[in-house]
Amino acid sequence: MKNKLGKQTLVFRNKPVITGECAVVGTREGSGPMKEYFDVILDDDTYGEKTWEKAESMMLKNAILTAIRKAGLEKSNIDVMLTGDLLNQLMSSSFTARDVSIPFIGLYGACSTMTQSMLMASVFVDGGFAEHAVCGASSHYCTAERQFRMPLEHGNQRPPSAQWTATASGAAVISRQPCTANNILIPAPKEIFVTYATIGKIIDTGMKDANQMGAAMAPAAVDTILNHFEDTGMTPADYDVILTGDLGYIGKEIALDLFADAGIDSAKLGVRYDDCGTMLYYREKEDVHGGGSGCGCSASIYTGYLFRKMRAGEFKRALIVSTGAMLSTISPFQGESIPGIAHAVTLETS
Amino acid sequence: MDYAYAFVIGGLICTIGQILLDTTKLTAPRILVIFVVAGVILQAFHLYQPLVDLAGNGATLPLPGFGYSLAKGAMEGAEKGLLDAVTGAVESTAAGVTAAIVFGYLVAILFNPKSLR
Amino acid sequence: MADNTTGVPKKEMAKAYEKYAKSFTPKPTYVANCVRAFIAGGLLCILAMFLQNKLMAMGQNEKDAAAIVTIAMICAAQLLTGIGLFDSLTKMAGAGVIVPITGFANSMVAPALEYKKEGLVLGVGGKLFSLAGPVLVYGISSAVAVGILYWLIGGAK
Repeated sequence: MKNKLGKQTLVFRNKPVITGECAVVGTREGSGPMKEYFDVILDDDTYGEKTWEKAESMMLKNAILTAIRKAGLEKSNIDVMLTGDLLNQLMSSSFTARDVSIPFIGLYGACSTMTQSMLMASVFVDGGFAEHAVCGASSHYCTAERQFRMPLEHGNQRPPSAQWTATASGAAVISRQPCTANNILIPAPKEIFVTYATIGKIIDTGMKDANQMGAAMAPAAVDTILNHFEDTGMTPADYDVILTGDLGYIGKEIALDLFADAGIDSAKLGVRYDDCGTMLYYREKEDVHGGGSGCGCSASIYTGYLFRKMRAGEFKRALIVSTGAMLSTISPFQGESIPGIAHAVTLETS
Repeated sequence: MDYAYAFVIGGLICTIGQILLDTTKLTAPRILVIFVVAGVILQAFHLYQPLVDLAGNGATLPLPGFGYSLAKGAMEGAEKGLLDAVTGAVESTAAGVTAAIVFGYLVAILFNPKSLR
Repeated sequence: MADNTTGVPKKEMAKAYEKYAKSFTPKPTYVANCVRAFIAGGLLCILAMFLQNKLMAMGQNEKDAAAIVTIAMICAAQLLTGIGLFDSLTKMAGAGVIVPITGFANSMVAPALEYKKEGLVLGVGGKLFSLAGPVLVYGISSAVAVGILYWLIGGAK
C-alpha cells in the first residue's frame, strides 16, 4: 500500500494544508495560562442560549464559521464537515451541521475527537475526495458534567484525580492547496501541512474509576506514539513539540514513566513533550484537580496555541495526540473498564 | 453540655462519612443510602436511641437520624397493629419528606443551575 | 506496557495497573478534610439544637419543634442549592454538610434544577428523585420491614 507505513501510520503524500482555524473557549479557560491564544472567549458560558447544549453547538458553529472565513472561503466551498463532541448522538455536532448545511459526517472519539477528525479530513483531502474539509470538536463543562457525572449544583467533593471538562471548541479547515489570498501579513505566516497520521488502537488497562481518566488513557497515548515512531522511523528528536490530548497531571506523569520504560527517557523527550490537559488551567488557582479534559481541551490548544506558534515559525514539526476515554454513561454501572484510545497527527511547516 | 454532645456526636458521624468519601469509591448518594439504612438497623436493635438521648439534634440531624425516625415510627406503629407498622415509618418522617419534595420543587422552578462561581 | 499479549490474567493486570496509577495520584488531604467535616457537621447540629430549644421555649412540644427544625434545615439547604452556594459549601465542608439532612435536601433539588429544560413533568418532577430516590426507597423499605418484624415478634408474645 503506497500511502501506509508500517501497521498503523498513514502518509499524506499530497500534503493537505491547514488553511484556517479557530478556537472558542469558555470563561474559565479564557482566564487560564493560554488566554492570549484563543480567538473567542465567552463572557458567559451559556453564550446567550437557553440550554447548555445549545451553547456548545453555538461554540462549535462559531469556531467552524470563523475557521472557514480565515481560510478565505465560504460555507459553500466546503466539501465535508467532520466534527464530534461528547454528547449522546453527537448532539452539538449534528445540530451545528443542521444550521450550516455542509455535507456532514459525525465522529465520536471521546476526547480524541480532534485528531480523529483532522486525520479523517486529511484522508478526504489527500485522497481527492474533498477540496476543502472542515474538522473540529467541542465540549462543554455543563453538558458533559450532567451526562457523565453529577448535576452541577449537587454537593460533592471531587477527588484529586478528577479532571475538569473544558468548555471549549476548536475547528480547522484542511485544504488541498494553500490559500494565498489572505497572506497580507509580513513576514507571511508559515503554512502548516499534515504529513502523517497514526490511527490508534484501543488499549484497556482495566481501570474502572471514571475519576482516573488520565491514567486510563496514558497507555493508549504511549502505545500510539511508540507505534508512530516505529512506523515512520522517526524519533522524539525529530519533533519540536509533542502534545498529548488531555491526560492531565496524573496521566502525564504516567505517560512519562511509560516512555522511560520504553527506552525514551525524559531527557530525550526533553522539553518537547507536554499535555494539553495540564496547559489549559492554572493548577492551584482554579481547583481543577487532575487538569483539563474533554474534546475541546486539545482542540482549542491545537487551533489556538499550537497553530499560532507554528505559523510564527516557533515550531517546525509537531506531533499531536488527542486521547479519549471511551466510556459510556452506562458502562461504569455495568462494571465495565474504561477503554482508552489515541490518534496521532504529524504537522509540519514549510 | 447538651450542645457539646451535639457538636461531638454530629461531628463524628460526619467524619465517618468523610472517611468513606475519601478512602472508598462510594459516591455521595450511596453514602446517604448506607447511612439511612444503618440508622434503621441500629434503631431496630434499640442502639441508636441512647445516642439520641445523649446528643439530641447531634444524632437526629445527620442521615442516620432520618433512618432512626423511620425505624422508630415503624416500631411504635407495630405496637398498635400491622397497618400502623406499615404506615408508621413514613408518618413519623412526613414533615421532612414533604418539605423536601414541595420546597425542592419550588426551588427547582425558581432558580437555574450556574456554571461557575 | 498494558497490552493483552503478556499472558497475565486480565484481572491481575488491571489490579496491578490500578496500583501503579495510584502511585501517581495525590492523596486527598485526609486529616484536613475530616477536621472540616467534623467542625461543619458539629456546628450544623448545634444550630439545629439551638433552634429546637428556642422553639420549645416558645411553647412548642418536642415533636413539633423537631419537625419544624428539620423542615427549616431542608428549606435552607435547598435555597442555598438554588442560589448556587451549596456546592461551594460542600467543597469546603465535605461530609459535614452531605451527611446531615441538608445533603439529602440538596440531592433532591440539584438534578431537578439541572433537568428543568427537559420539561416540568419528567424533567423537574422525575429528576427530583433521581439521586434522593434510593435514600427514600431503602430507608422506607427497611423501616417497614423492621416494623412488620416487630409486629410479628410482638404478636408472638
